[in-house]
Amino acid sequence: MGKLPMRARLATTLGGAAGTMSRLAGRGDGSVIGGVIGLRLEPDLLSLLAEGRQIVLVTGTNGKTTTTRLITAALGALGQDIASNAFGANMEAGLAAALGKAPDAPLAVLETDERYLPAVIKATNPRVVALLNLSRDQMDRAAEIWLVARRWREALAAAPGCWVVANADDPLITWAASAAEHVIWVAAGQRWQEDSWCCAVCGSHLLRDEMGWRCGECTFRRPSTRWVLDGERVIDSAGRISDLSLSLPGRANRSNAVVALAVSEVFGVEPAQALPRLRDVVSVAGRYTRLARRGREVRLLLAKNPAGWLEAFDVLEPPPTPVLLAVNAQGPDGKDTSWLWDVDYRVLRDRRVFVSGERRLDLAVRLEADLVAFDLVDGVDEALDQADGTRLDVIANYTAFQQIRVALGRAE
Amino acid sequence: MTAEVPRRYGAHARLPGPSRLRLVWVYPDLLSTYGDRGNLLILQRRARLRGIEVEPVLVNADQPVPRQGDVYLLGGGEDLPQILAARRLRSDGGLRAAAERGAVIFAVCAGYQLLGTEFGGDEGQPVGGLEILDIRSGRGDRRGVGEILAEVNPALQLPPLTGFENHQGTTQRGPGVAPLARVLTGVGNGDGTEGAWAGRVLGTYLHGPVLVRNPTLADMLIAWIAGRLPPLADREERWTQQLRDQRLTAVTAAG
Repeated sequence: MGKLPMRARLATTLGGAAGTMSRLAGRGDGSVIGGVIGLRLEPDLLSLLAEGRQIVLVTGTNGKTTTTRLITAALGALGQDIASNAFGANMEAGLAAALGKAPDAPLAVLETDERYLPAVIKATNPRVVALLNLSRDQMDRAAEIWLVARRWREALAAAPGCWVVANADDPLITWAASAAEHVIWVAAGQRWQEDSWCCAVCGSHLLRDEMGWRCGECTFRRPSTRWVLDGERVIDSAGRISDLSLSLPGRANRSNAVVALAVSEVFGVEPAQALPRLRDVVSVAGRYTRLARRGREVRLLLAKNPAGWLEAFDVLEPPPTPVLLAVNAQGPDGKDTSWLWDVDYRVLRDRRVFVSGERRLDLAVRLEADLVAFDLVDGVDEALDQADGTRLDVIANYTAFQQIRVALGRAE
Repeated sequence: MTAEVPRRYGAHARLPGPSRLRLVWVYPDLLSTYGDRGNLLILQRRARLRGIEVEPVLVNADQPVPRQGDVYLLGGGEDLPQILAARRLRSDGGLRAAAERGAVIFAVCAGYQLLGTEFGGDEGQPVGGLEILDIRSGRGDRRGVGEILAEVNPALQLPPLTGFENHQGTTQRGPGVAPLARVLTGVGNGDGTEGAWAGRVLGTYLHGPVLVRNPTLADMLIAWIAGRLPPLADREERWTQQLRDQRLTAVTAAG
């Protein structure tokens, strides 16, 4: 921090004070407001704060927060301070606040909103950019994903020193990453394929088989990979096979972990050092947490878009464990609920399903069309009152998730 | 709004009721960004509840469009997939042949625009459409995003249309095409009207999905093929009706 110009130092200090005030006033965790004020005082604050540090940017539609957390855990092996926006404040202000709070950290792992990635690459000159996946998400406010991928290409082509760790199983990610000079390809898998049936180069239909994807008409195809997620195991860049044995559940998190391992290797952290640290991560910003409530165990899963719901279904306890689905359509959720129709709910037919949230009627009509029986409830406690067994899984989108966390924090 | 029924591709004379309804979803790999599957699922559900057998056919962009379908569905899409879909559908010719045969075509957003003579491409440049509907679309000044409420063309005798729009298109109709609806809240075509209708071809900017929010519109499409439909039982309409009431209340309160 010593070499920061006076104006940036002032901006950081005032921003930090505002963050503290905001926390004291009970308005969120204060991680954004400080950055907002700082950036207003010094528009170059993000580049000034990033200078001289080794930065990792993590982006994609799903898994950003978890992967950021996993990379931070793995790089802990280096024994140095790491700045990180661990709670998902992933636009410029959130990034500036995270760096401002850890002025002496030589490393930073920053979750970055998809739309802001080009500007943040330019401002922070990152050592590594991790590209996870791209799929439809909150389309009333997010940019179209082909357009996002095109902007990433331009930004990566203009950042020659940067290493890109990219999921080669996602064709749109591959297209974006292939503009970069250095790419480490990871076979991280792709569960949701409905947004990538067309070749990003020529538009033709993509063909998929056990060897991966390739365009039926041009030469665009899945590159060969240095890292592979193989079921429960990872094959690393040296060809060694290790069991992941994560505490976090599900295929999506194994995929995030392999990306984290590949990023860590750029910093000289080997899988043998990184893996025990990844296994120690049990919950990320309230997700996957198991909470006791009314004598039962409740587990919270966040799912914000069709790809996220598929991943959440993978993680559910086996039937007959009941599930509560909760959907809102406030600003952060996306105000349109049409995407519910992109999710296949038939996998829920063999368990009790409860439905809540401000847009539970949209879910009701959706489940009815898939011949899934359900009950409407007013919240998690009502579902617990009606549910059998010892456990309840909850899948909720953004603000519904936050509301349920608050409800579970209240006295029973 | 004109109450006169435009008849470009055959009149509303009913085809003999088919033993099965052939529902063709055109290019779900290119045109399905936004819950468009919902329109297919709701048509399927409402036809089956009437004892009509349904055969859904999903046609990808590398496959020929079958000419013998009863109802063709086209969904929304981003700019580049939309341009590609228009190019492929033109060279394929199947959808146009089906339209000329009098098949029902129901198209949403990007799919709606590409039925016309022209639409705006990724840089706003004009791109040639399929010329199935005499409409012309371009790019407007701002994106229309939000709940939309519209009064359906009286000739169709349907209750108000509810949906969600998310587009930057404006659409003008030629003389043979009527608007589907008149906008009460929202943007629609950009001139106070929403969607287009000619014969058995219907286009709209509405998502929601629109046939989920407007079940009588779904029934009308089925009835154009299968003839008069018996009403559904109250318990079969319960959630749909509650959702519809909630959305109509919400858009009226906000508007």
